[in-house]
Amino acid sequence: MELARIVEIVNGRVICGEEKLRRTVKYGFSSDLMSDVLTINIENLLLMTGLTNPQTIRTAEMADIEFILFVRNKKITSDMIKLARENDIVLITTGYSLFRTSGLLYNAGLKPVY
Amino acid sequence: MKLNFQVEGGNFAKAGAASSEVKKMLKQLGVPPMIIRRIVVALYEAEVNIVAHAQQGVISVDLHHDKVEIELRDKGPGIQDISRAMQEGFSTASEEVRAMGFGAGMGLPNIKKNADKLHIESQVGEGTTVYITNYFAKP
Ligand SMILES: Nc1ncnc2c1ncn2[C@@H]1O[C@H](COP(=O)(O)OP(=O)(O)OP(=O)(O)O)[C@@H](O)[C@H]1O
Ligand SMILES: [Mg+2]
Repeated sequence: MELARIVEIVNGRVICGEEKLRRTVKYGFSSDLMSDVLTINIENLLLMTGLTNPQTIRTAEMADIEFILFVRNKKITSDMIKLARENDIVLITTGYSLFRTSGLLYNAGLKPVY
Repeated sequence: MKLNFQVEGGNFAKAGAASSEVKKMLKQLGVPPMIIRRIVVALYEAEVNIVAHAQQGVISVDLHHDKVEIELRDKGPGIQDISRAMQEGFSTASEEVRAMGFGAGMGLPNIKKNADKLHIESQVGEGTTVYITNYFAKP
C-alpha cells in the first residue's frame, strides 16, 4: 500500500519525509517495546507506536525501519525530527489510538509480521 | 582502526550515539547491509544496557578487514547470574527505563542472536564487560 494512502486512512499528518509518500509499505508492526522492534528484520515496514522519545527513532535507525506512525497525537520533539531527517525516516502522527490505527491498516491490507 | 566512545548511565537522550557512529562507519566501508544490521542491533542493545543498568561505560570498536571486535566495559551493579539474565523476559529495569520503551528482558537474547561471538564477564558491585565479534562475511 502506498504510504500516502496510509496517511489518508488514519487521517494522519506527515511531520517529515514527504518525499517518500509514494513509497510502498507492505508490513505493519505495532509495539511500544523497543527490544521487540529490534527483532524485526523486514523491509518496507511501518512501525506504529505510542512511544515518543528519541530512542524510538534510534531504534528505527538500527533496525532499518523507514516509516514510523505515532498514535494519539503524542508530541514529537525537534530532537526527534532532527534525528529522523538525518536517517531518512518518515514520521507521521495520528490522533487515533494504536488499536484503531492497527485495525484500520490491517483491514486495508497491511500485512502482519507474526 | 579503533574507535572509542564514552557512555553515560541514565542518559537516554544520548543512548545510541555510539551505535549510530559505528553504523555510518560500516556503511562507508561497504559492509553488506544485512551484516551491518546484525552488528548495530547487537551493539545498540548493549549500549542501551549500559545506559539503563550501569553508571558509565566505554565502548571500544576494533575494525579489522574481515571482522569487527567490540568491547563494552561498564562500571555498574554487575550481573549476578548471567545465564538467568540471558533468558528472554528476565529484567530488573526500573520504571524509568520501562517508560523509555526498554525493560522487556529481550536485549541480551537479541545480542546473542545477532552476534557471531558473544562473551560476558561481570563482577557484582563493580561492572560488566560484553565482548561481541562479528565477521563481515560468514566464516
Ligand atoms: N550492563 C549491565 N549491567 C548490569 N546489569 C545488566 C547489564 N546488562 C544487562 N543487565 C541485567 O540483565 C537483565 C537482562 O538484560 P536485557 O538486555 O536482556 O533486558 P533489559 O535490558 O532488562 O530489557 P530490554 O533489553 O528488553 O529493553 C537486565 O534487566 C539487568 O538486570
Ligand atoms: Mg537491555
